[in-house]
Formats: sequence, C-alpha cells, structure tokens
Amino acid sequence: MLWKSTSYTGWGRALSAAGELARPERMSTLARLGAVPAIGARRSYGDACLNTAGQAADMSRLDRILGFDAETGRVEAEAGVPIGELARLFAPLGWMPAVMPGTGFATVGGCIAMDVHGKNHHADGSFGQHVISLKLMQDGKSRTIAPNRGKALFEATVGGLGQTGIITSAKLQMIPCEGPGMEVTEQRVEDWDEHIALLDSSEARYTVGWLDATARGKHLGRGIVEEARSTAVRPQSAPKGSAKSVPFDFPRFTLSRVIVSGFNKAYYLRIRDGGQTRIKPLEEFFFPLDRIRDWNRLYGKSGFHQFQCALPEAELPRLRSIAERIAGSGLASPLAVLKRLGPGSGGLMSFPMAGYTLAVDFREGPKARALISELISEAQAGGGRIYLAKDSLATEAQVKAMYPDWRRWAEACARHDPEGALETDLTRRLSLRSL
Amino acid sequence: MSETRETWIILGASSSMAGPFIRTLAEAGHGLILAGRDKPDLAAIAADAGARGASHVAQFALDVRDAASFRAILTHAEGCEGQLCCAVFVGSMPDQSQIDAEPGLVSGVVTDSFSGPARFLQALAPMLESRGGGSIVGVGSVAGDRGRLGNYVYGAAKAGFATYLSGLRNRLGREGVHVMTVKPGPVDTAMTWGLGPQPFMTTPDTVARDILKGLRKGRNVVYTAGIWRWVMLVIRMIPEPIFKKMSI
Repeated sequence: MLWKSTSYTGWGRALSAAGELARPERMSTLARLGAVPAIGARRSYGDACLNTAGQAADMSRLDRILGFDAETGRVEAEAGVPIGELARLFAPLGWMPAVMPGTGFATVGGCIAMDVHGKNHHADGSFGQHVISLKLMQDGKSRTIAPNRGKALFEATVGGLGQTGIITSAKLQMIPCEGPGMEVTEQRVEDWDEHIALLDSSEARYTVGWLDATARGKHLGRGIVEEARSTAVRPQSAPKGSAKSVPFDFPRFTLSRVIVSGFNKAYYLRIRDGGQTRIKPLEEFFFPLDRIRDWNRLYGKSGFHQFQCALPEAELPRLRSIAERIAGSGLASPLAVLKRLGPGSGGLMSFPMAGYTLAVDFREGPKARALISELISEAQAGGGRIYLAKDSLATEAQVKAMYPDWRRWAEACARHDPEGALETDLTRRLSLRSL
Repeated sequence: MSETRETWIILGASSSMAGPFIRTLAEAGHGLILAGRDKPDLAAIAADAGARGASHVAQFALDVRDAASFRAILTHAEGCEGQLCCAVFVGSMPDQSQIDAEPGLVSGVVTDSFSGPARFLQALAPMLESRGGGSIVGVGSVAGDRGRLGNYVYGAAKAGFATYLSGLRNRLGREGVHVMTVKPGPVDTAMTWGLGPQPFMTTPDTVARDILKGLRKGRNVVYTAGIWRWVMLVIRMIPEPIFKKMSI
C-alpha cells in the first residue's frame, strides 16, 4: 500500500501531525507520488518535518550510495542515506563527510534542506558548501542542479526547507581523514569569559563547548571545551554492541532542577583539572547522543523544545545575557552547546552566520514557551537568528526579520512550486512562502 | 562471514528484504550477481554494493516466469571463481480476493514463489555440487506452514518451495552444500506499509542478521522473527476441524 494514515512528530515531540505518509523504496515509486513534501529521519525538532492533514514522502528507504571515488573523496548518495553511514563506511578509507551535525541519523537530504553545520563550522563552513551537485524531483520529473548550474534554484534549495522540490540524491565532496579515530582534548572552563576565550583561541578544526545551563552567578558559562582532530591512532574501544534505547517516556520529575544540576556537576567534574586527551571513535565524538536511541523520550510524553540562536560576534554581551536568563529560569536541561561559527553558509535561508551559536533544550511547558519567545526576540534584537531546524515557537515577523533573503527564497519557491504543494507545518505557521 | 570470498547470486535483488542482506555481503567484500526486474533500481543497488566494497558486482534482468532469462546469470556464475552461493527473495502475493475472482492468477503466484526459483536452483545445483560447497538460502514464508483464509494460494506456493528446499537440502547436504530455508513473518516493507500494526513484525535489517546468523550456525530452517517458530508450531497443532472454522 502506498499511503499510511498515521501521526508523527519531529525530534522534540512537542508538536505532531496527523496525515498520510508514503515510504517509497524505489525512485519510480517516489516519482508516482507527485509533489509532496519529503521528510528524512525527522531529526528536526519542531514542525519542519510535519505536514498536518496532508501527505509526505518518508525518504528513509531511498538510501543507496550511488558512487564513491577513493581518489577524490567524492560520493554520490540518495537522499535517505544517514550521514553517519557515510562516516562509518568511508572514514576507514580516509574520507569523511565534510560537515556532520550532532546526530549521524540525519539524512543527506535533510542535511541539505537544513544546510546543517557541525563542530568544524568555523573551519569548513556548512553542509551545502560541500555539495557538488544534487538531483531535485519536481512533480515527478528529475533535474540536476549545482552551484554553477541553476544557481538561483541551488541557493534556494540548500537550506531551503524542501520547498523547491524533493531532493533525491546528491554528490558530495568529502574531506580527507586519518581514519575512524578522533583525538579529543577536553578542558574544563570555570566561567563564561574563560569559555569564550578558549573557543576564540582554539586552533583545532573541531571545537565545541558544552555549557552547564544551570550554573549561575560567577559559575555562569562553566563547562567543557572539546577540541578534536582526526588521527590515525585506532580508538581503543570500538563502539560495541547495539545502541541502548529509551524504552518508555520518562516521568516529568526526571529532569527536575536538582537532578539536572547534579548531573551537570558530575559531567563537569569528570574532566581532570589539567584537561585530558583521549582517542575516541569518530561516532562517539560527532554523535555522542546517538548511543542512546530515542533519548528524546527522556523528556516525557509532552516532549521538549530546543532554542538555538546565532549572534554576530559584536553581540557577545547579549549572548551572555541570554545565557544568564536561561540559567536564572531554572528551566534548562542538562547540556547546552556553545560554539563559534564562521561566515560560511550555503543558501538563502541558511542558519549559520559569523559569530556564536548557543543551543539549549527545554522541556515543553508554558513557562518554557514564554521564555523561548523572549529569547527569540532577544536574538532578533541582536541582529541574530534562530535555527529553523529547531524552531517551533517563532513568529512570522521574527523569522522574516532574521532572514533578510527570505523574499528571494520565497520567490524561487513560488516559481518551482506554484501550488504550494511542498508546504509544511513550519512554512504555514510562519507564512514563510507568502510574499 | 568466512574469510573465503564468495560470490552470491541474488534472485529478486530489488526486493525490500534483500537490501540489507546484499549490503552486509558487500561490506564483507564478497562478489554479487544481482538479478531482478526493475532495471534502474537494480543499477542503484549494484552501485551501492560496489561502493560498500563488494569485490565484483554484475546485474542481470530476471523474469522468474521466463527460464530463458536464467541462462545469462548461470553462465556468468560459472565463470566466477571460488565458492558459489545463491539467495532467493522472489515471490508475489496478490490479494487472495483478487485470486478468488481471477483463478488464472494462481499459476503466476506458483511460478513466482515456487516453480520459477525451483527451476533456477535445479540448474544451479550441479555447479555447486561439482565445486563441493556453497550455500543456498531460500526465503519462504510462515504463510507456507498452514493454509489459511487470507492468503492460501501464496501460502501453498511457499509450502511447495519449502518442501522443495528440504529435498534439495537432502540432496546437496551430502555434497557439502548448505541449503537453508528462511521463513519470515510480517516484515516492515512496502508490502506491509499501511496495513496497520502486524503481529511480531520484524525489519529487513533483522531478517538479514538472522539469515547470516543461520548461515554461520549451519541452520536448516530459520524463522524470523524467531518467535514465529513457536507461533507456527501452535498454529500447526490446531486440529483441522477447529482450524477450518477459524479466521486468523
């Protein structure tokens, strides 16, 4: 049967959609579906991957690797291939995806549609900058676009939320690596200034800060900075066995303030005073949470939100005050991520901008929603933006103000999908496609 | 997987269930002869196998109802060195109500799920015998364990195939060739998509794992999910006078 009536959610589980899903296993089947939004691993937190009362194509079974050149590191993959699968297969041969988000389950199609970034954004830019070409299916017909072939459409497609057609496959330029191991140095940072200073001075290709979002006052910004590089040294413990999974929705008290700050303290203290350097399997460094399948269930039935913003470098004081508000609220979850971003971005609606990005999880609830709304306004006031892959609470005016190229993007979408057949809950909520 | 490189003939290579099995073989560096109907899809699967490390990959158009399409596959296989193996994933399951309305469909179902692959294996068997080794994996179905209301023509064809495999095992076992019958319950594929929740549903990944585990252990009959061995044992034990009144 082609269509299944079902209800489904994004990773945050706070929003859900009831609609019809197809899960084609062959390109010919996909072509028969016509123009419907495509969804991948549904690792977007909010409603970017939802189409209430409509149809959508689940691309997860279109996951073949169509070509790999060991000389050049070019790989062609169907949209449903998980990014972690490319790393697993090709890192031992000396190549890995140039950009990997925090979960290896994210698909190639999703990584393009969200123009994802990774721990090396300051060095290597965003995902879309490593796409050599991609195939787009528009109303059942396939076309190939590239940065210099259909430029306008390409720029509207990378980071374009799937609104220009269904991304069916892509040729990607991978980057050389020494093997499947990463040399990871972790250092404790006592406060905000030290945290930022270390992020700024880091010369590593991969740098990320883990922030204790519950630490206040003089401890604000306390955390761990991880720096990493690829190494030929083989990791001691290869990931063994299958991933653990969270078998049920956790009760609400699990993430209570006491437990969360206790966890954070323990996480923080695990690093020795002088820092430590270890060889980790690539997956453990890039996708630390993938080892616990369905970890989103830890937030209970009602789900959670992630607030992620980017702010220009000059707005660092504002970012600090955002972090203060979060810590003061007592609503934040265990780990927050603080990172430097470079200038690189691949498309008109791409999230990354030169400066800093902060990402924090909040269990769904009226207080969290109100706080996130305020934080979004703050980010906007600072000339920053929020990440649409994470959002479920922003307003039309906010997002249109944060993304100065949205009109050009919406015009391209209107040309390639005049009926709005590819609209999702997110584009409707934000009226992103109405000019 | 053993260290020796094998060449695997896959009949029905573009079936959902064959996918993960092919990938595992490819990543272990074995050779593959992929046979199926959907040519563009076959090309994608072959490219995938190559990228994952298969030592060699060939693709052939296959129509199980047309024995003439077997020849090229068999000739190619003959030319491959080392251990030769074959896995059969072909079959077709039209709605029983459709078959009830159109009796002519019966022979197609029997050919797709039983006599077609059996004819292929008959031609392949001497090759394996003369090489004195190799494995044959035949994918049947739990539906073959007892004829029931919902899909008895499909079930009958799969039962025929299972009986054929048991005979083939009897014949080839003494020549060092391992013949394994696989009986999946419902599997999360395009066929079951949209049917709603199925009992003890498993995934193509698990089916592949179970097949490979069965091969390693030299099993004769493998149920996947494993619980179906016991479920079908119970279902087979229900006396016919009672069973005929049931609709399960």
